[in-house]
Amino acid sequence: MAETAVKEKESVFQFGNKERKLLSDPLNDNNPITVQVLGICSALAVTSLVYPSLVMAIAVIFVTAFSSLFTSLLRNYIPKQVRMIVQLVIIATLVTVVELALKYLNYPVYKQLSVYIGLIITNCIVMGRLEAFSMANTPWRSFLDGVGNGLGYGIILVMVGVVREIFGKGSLFAGSPIELKIIGPNADYLINTVDSAMFAWYANNNLMVLPASAMFIIGIMIWIQRSYNTKLVDVS
Amino acid sequence: MEFLNTFIKAAFVENLVLAYFLGMCSYLAVSKSVSTAFGLGLAVIFVLGITMPINWLINEYLLSESGLLGMDLTFLRFILFIAVIASMVQLVEMVVEKYSPSLYSALGIFLPLITVNCAILGGSLFMVSREYNFSNALAFGLGGGFGWFLAIIAIAAIREKIRYSNVPPALRGLGMAFILTGLMGIAFMSLMGIDPAALTAGK
Repeated sequence: MAETAVKEKESVFQFGNKERKLLSDPLNDNNPITVQVLGICSALAVTSLVYPSLVMAIAVIFVTAFSSLFTSLLRNYIPKQVRMIVQLVIIATLVTVVELALKYLNYPVYKQLSVYIGLIITNCIVMGRLEAFSMANTPWRSFLDGVGNGLGYGIILVMVGVVREIFGKGSLFAGSPIELKIIGPNADYLINTVDSAMFAWYANNNLMVLPASAMFIIGIMIWIQRSYNTKLVDVS
Repeated sequence: MEFLNTFIKAAFVENLVLAYFLGMCSYLAVSKSVSTAFGLGLAVIFVLGITMPINWLINEYLLSESGLLGMDLTFLRFILFIAVIASMVQLVEMVVEKYSPSLYSALGIFLPLITVNCAILGGSLFMVSREYNFSNALAFGLGGGFGWFLAIIAIAAIREKIRYSNVPPALRGLGMAFILTGLMGIAFMSLMGIDPAALTAGK
């Protein structure tokens, strides 16, 4: 008992190989979306533009990181039977904080994300990490695990957002201060499809605006990832 | 009549899975065989059908400014909604464990995880943002649950068949499930824009 206590004290705020692995593992080998299949629910509908997906990603990183931290701090005081309710209350409180902050900071994006901010509560990745990791690990490591999983989730979200926005709207970061217009039918865009002979055939792909396209893009991402990373292939 | 309209709209036109992508986690993970998908689908119908009216009452009489407490407590909405859902799921879990142990073991971790099924909380949040009345909330709950049930049975059936097809190894399982869901979403989009209210008014 005494020995474990000493060990725990030593590992506080340590940043070695193990800790780095906590951050990097969820980015590829153990990605929340493409490998663990958790947390797809609340977010696919927001990825038609990059900017809201980025905001969503940041919100999720915040919630996973701090809910992991707080659950881990409280893990020895939570009775096993009511642990789900306790975890949900922690998550719901954090999400309420995020919602109010976003409402104050950026109202248009808040309106755009609508119910999906509230749905971070039921994002399975948050709850999944709390159950699988934070209930059994020290606060600092849980915090890193939360950040790592939030990042792994956010990266997929932003990647899907980039593909959908470029091909669906011909722009990047629409709605944000650094909006970039890439390809479109007037002089505002970098490549003007009306003037340029090379791109005269180009038209935006309306499929990319539909929510269903997010499914295709993630399916193809899984395909690419598993072609390189053959140990993830589903053998059943 | 309005009840029926909302029901049909929630089940087909605005299907929670295929139009809003809610409840994806358990939808993808439990859809390997039709029989378990059937059980989970029924549980979701039940939980959605119960929690929506309860959450409507809570939102109307406890949280809103015109409610019993006379205070604007809407910032507590998330916490109260999720608490109601968690306790309802606990109830369903106990009932299933008592009356159908085989279904209980087949559903495994996904029964308690109905709590974090986005479709349930999403339904309640949609109900608030669309300002439904009580009967509409009930219809939206039952209809949304029914739509979810249909979607998970459909994908489970397709996945059972596709096991005998020659899918590229890297796409097998999860990747294919995503693409199939996308195709189903497009198929369901053909129902979009149908307004049941207009159809019945014309009769």
